[in-house]
Amino acid sequence: MVVEFGEEIDLHTNRKVTALHAAVSALELASITDLVPTFRSLAIHYDPDIVPFAELEIELRAILPDLSSHSFSGRDWSIPACYDLDLSPDLQAVADSCSLSIEQVIRCHSGATYHVYMVGFLPGYPYLGDLAAEIALPRKITPSLRIPARSIAIAERMTAVYPIESPGGWHVIGRTPMRLFDETATPPALLAPGDRVRFSPVTRHEYDRLSKNDSGVDDAQPNKNPAT
Amino acid sequence: MISTLRVHKPGLHTTIQDLGRYGLQSMGVPVSGALDSSALRIANLLVGNEPTTAALEVLAAGPTLEVNTESVRIAVAGGNALIERLSPYPRRLPTFESFCLHRGDVFCIGPVTDMAMTYLAVEGGFDLPTAMGSHSTYTRGGFGGFKGRQLASDDELSLILPAATDRDELRFVERTLPGEPPIRVIPGPQADFFTAAALDTLFSREYTVSAAVDRMGMRLNGPQLEHARGFNITSDGTAPGSIQVPGDGLPIVLLADRQTTGGYPKIGCVISADLPTLARLRPGSTIRFSKSTLEQATEARRERENWFARFLDQIKRAGTSGIIDPTALQTQNLVSGVVGPDDPADSDR
Repeated sequence: MVVEFGEEIDLHTNRKVTALHAAVSALELASITDLVPTFRSLAIHYDPDIVPFAELEIELRAILPDLSSHSFSGRDWSIPACYDLDLSPDLQAVADSCSLSIEQVIRCHSGATYHVYMVGFLPGYPYLGDLAAEIALPRKITPSLRIPARSIAIAERMTAVYPIESPGGWHVIGRTPMRLFDETATPPALLAPGDRVRFSPVTRHEYDRLSKNDSGVDDAQPNKNPAT
Repeated sequence: MISTLRVHKPGLHTTIQDLGRYGLQSMGVPVSGALDSSALRIANLLVGNEPTTAALEVLAAGPTLEVNTESVRIAVAGGNALIERLSPYPRRLPTFESFCLHRGDVFCIGPVTDMAMTYLAVEGGFDLPTAMGSHSTYTRGGFGGFKGRQLASDDELSLILPAATDRDELRFVERTLPGEPPIRVIPGPQADFFTAAALDTLFSREYTVSAAVDRMGMRLNGPQLEHARGFNITSDGTAPGSIQVPGDGLPIVLLADRQTTGGYPKIGCVISADLPTLARLRPGSTIRFSKSTLEQATEARRERENWFARFLDQIKRAGTSGIIDPTALQTQNLVSGVVGPDDPADSDR
């Protein structure tokens, strides 16, 4: 079952999805096996042996008008980002395509607070927006076969972090020492829809130092003082 | 003493799978689990396990394994393959039937000849840690199953039981899996992204399983499906069996390791009862789809569960009486007992 709130990416629509996600989770229905909030819809995986579609629909329609009480405030995160060229294979090309200097691209990327629209594509992969229009580029025509884990990448009006190594079509402009997914942590994904994220530039030296610590998702703490 | 199955050769792509990992799709964690859940359940039931127990999923060509424990009860169910004990001396082993092997026995599962995969279950199951509540291997994420990957030579798969329990063997005489073509599909949720002709094509023409098939999805060859409103949607959730159609107009059916969200429009979804039937098709096999409804899908699912209930019932009868009841077999076509210790197949021990 899919509840759609629109067809486009916008914050208002996404907040409704997050609110419904919270409201349905709070019902703790045994019939629901999985909830998948996305930019503009909530996918509800259910067990039809426990509840037929029609009954579940009635149950969910009842909570739809009252979503505002379930608005989710989210957490604030500061994610260290190293823009060293050795870790950022596409940074020069992005700067060239946007007629900006590398420093301007970094300032642009690290100067904004991003909203976590959804987590998908890969375990713990966050879709963060909105990326400044000045550095928005289409996806690569030919995806890279191997993007290293923790790579920070951009495409269109979005930025993301690859939690695990994967093929991918986004432009890699940096890397974080932080783990965004850890199957032994509870919950395994660091970020959740509705959270806010800033990237804070770190030197290569600092990146190497933080990478050695290899702290897991459980060790990470959201910012006490919101960045916004 | 440690009880294991020792891997001599891993086979083409052998992984530990159960019925999947639920509750974490909101974090992008795929469900995974057996591609042919029916075959996995049958293999488990034949060795006396809960149907949800993790077993080995063997894609295309199987492993060579050595028994490194006192004894182990095994059943292989799914596609047909030659199973052979290689050492101490060669002996053909059955499929769809439980049997016991002993310390030092080396056996192999040959190429799966009629389907894409087969399953090997061991009595008691494998002694492995769970990852996020499941034993299923998700190789892209490197978690679940045995060290998050497919088997490799010299792996040692720990077993829960050091020896097979004392009980009669079980044999599934019909030796076929439930499910038959055509594959039933519910249109949507983005059927409106396609022309009416595209929907007609999907439900009237024949498709072929291409070579591009893995645990994540099955790409089909056949007539192109024409988009009416472009081929990009704002990403939304996918379902097991979702048929997404990228820009080239050729459908991809999403399978066990499917990504939780996707940006291609989905013309329809294979009903859950038919998903094992589809997943077991090999490259080059032909497929026909028929249009179905939510009500039919629910009914088909219920029928499948009833089939397994009857299967379990027959196993219980065979197990307690130790007698093959020919009437029950003819009417139910399910399971017969008993290959006892006097069976000639075992006389070389």
